[in-house]
Amino acid sequence: MDKTLDLKFTYTEKKDTRSGFGDGLLEAGRKNPNVVGLCADLIGSLKMGAFQKEFPERFFQVGIAEANMIGLAAGMTINGKIPFTGTFANFSTGRVYDQIRQSVAYSDKNVKICASHAGLTLGEDGATHQILEDVGMMKMLPHMTVINPCDYNQTKAATMAIAEYEGPVYLRFGRPSWPIFTPADQKFEIGKAWKMIEGKDVTIFATGHLVWEAVVAEAMLREEGISAEVINIHTIKPLDEEAILESVKKTGCAVSAEEHQLNGGLGDSIAQTLIRNNPAPLEYVGVNDSFGESGTPTELMEKYGLNAENIVKAAKAAIARK
Amino acid sequence: MEKQPLEQLTKISSQVRRDILRMVHAVQSGHPGASLGCTEFFVALYFNQMKHDNKFNMDGANEDLFFLSNGHISPVWYAVLARSGYFSPEEMTTFRKLDSRLQGHPATEEGLPGIRIASGSLGQGLSVATGAAQAKKIDGDDRTVYVLMGDGEQQEGQVWEAAMYAAHHKVDNLIATIDFNRQQIDGPTKEVMDLKDLKAKWEAFGWEVIETKQGNDMAAVLEGLEKAKALTGKGKPVLNLLHTEMGFGVDFMVGTHKWHGIAPSDEQLANALGQLEETLGDY
Repeated sequence: MDKTLDLKFTYTEKKDTRSGFGDGLLEAGRKNPNVVGLCADLIGSLKMGAFQKEFPERFFQVGIAEANMIGLAAGMTINGKIPFTGTFANFSTGRVYDQIRQSVAYSDKNVKICASHAGLTLGEDGATHQILEDVGMMKMLPHMTVINPCDYNQTKAATMAIAEYEGPVYLRFGRPSWPIFTPADQKFEIGKAWKMIEGKDVTIFATGHLVWEAVVAEAMLREEGISAEVINIHTIKPLDEEAILESVKKTGCAVSAEEHQLNGGLGDSIAQTLIRNNPAPLEYVGVNDSFGESGTPTELMEKYGLNAENIVKAAKAAIARK
Repeated sequence: MEKQPLEQLTKISSQVRRDILRMVHAVQSGHPGASLGCTEFFVALYFNQMKHDNKFNMDGANEDLFFLSNGHISPVWYAVLARSGYFSPEEMTTFRKLDSRLQGHPATEEGLPGIRIASGSLGQGLSVATGAAQAKKIDGDDRTVYVLMGDGEQQEGQVWEAAMYAAHHKVDNLIATIDFNRQQIDGPTKEVMDLKDLKAKWEAFGWEVIETKQGNDMAAVLEGLEKAKALTGKGKPVLNLLHTEMGFGVDFMVGTHKWHGIAPSDEQLANALGQLEETLGDY
């Protein structure tokens, strides 16, 4: 469908966001000798092989022992190392929540928890691995920064940016091949929302893979004479409240879009902001209190209501409530 | 810090025990039992064995580092840190009170000198210490990393993840000690969850294991720590199985799990302090 639309952002290549992480980690490692990598038996899946090859003395295979990996990383920060831990999002969060809470967040350690295969787009492996609660868990932790970039280029830029930032970070990315529609030379500013498309009738706040769906939705809405603003919320915490309020002040209503449970997700954070400042209509696109299942990423995004068509519906519903 | 001789270490231990009891009594909460049991170990580390700087730098470069995994025995650590000059002994009056740096369980949030990571939720300290030890290796820093765990804590799975890792990666600048007092909250470890042969388990995981059979005898504790130190740098992490008695030093507290997390009454405190010489002056 998107080929026939007049898209404001286009792509010539698709790539997985986890490759953006792997390539960003290699660059960060070249720039800063304190960057170290740890992985729990998923070097290939996390794309950490290039870093391991170039910096074997700064790379640690942990085996299938994620709790230990978080503790090791916290310990390594003490004399100034910048550890990047790598495993699936499920095992990066829920499995090790208490370790992150005590040894990383409460202790305010400079650990970068890098989590791949987040959300439904993991696909065929099914619900055991398709975590949809990770953003909620991580954003509740004091001191924690939560970032969910949208494509290969943004993930690479984010990975390099968090190496320069002092403090615990949760970096979430995914498995599927996805359009590369943001520039390779972008500067990634933690906590700064990116207004990608100007509009006046409704604002779409999207994060992660759903930013692409929001770009497609904007073109679909435009064909129907609706002007949508698209804002890329790559940093869910700290949330760029100023950008959110400024946009909604203009458009008067909003849609949140994320590959996550509605409970505890980006939409919840935006709702809190709006309720306290400008209680405008907000519609949610996300998973509604359910686990996922096996299927292709495209099938799953359609079945669970996470694609451009659903964003369009939500936008119209939000406008109708103005 | 200057190395203190045996006689002085014994004197410091008596004062540290007074500090522990007075802190816990004042706020009527905290964990005196294992704090008293580990007093010789802490005093030996901070006043004799470790190279450390009481001006406190978080990174601890070119210093020996200590991590407390069983964070509930914070009273003994706070007393030893205060008595070795990390902060004023007066600050012990704030233990577990609102706005204190001396939290119920050790934390970095309030910036208490001497603490490098929060602990209390069990099973995490060995992983942290192992990471810190590996970071020292990357930097060519040849000092040693120490960590203390509880024996009940050996029931946590993460301990064994870390045990496997440290042996595999030859983290041989690491000395882990287990406070082997054979007690936990619900009773003797043998009844709650039998640890069986801990020495054989750690050896099977690829560690050098030594036993300090008299963990409340200062000379024996020093000897054990010297022996452990001599085993570092040889390709294997070192485990020190430290046999202690909970509540040691106070006749009515010794050898039972009852004083794990109970504070003494006014009368009990007076009785206990009567058994412990005030050697450095109460705070």
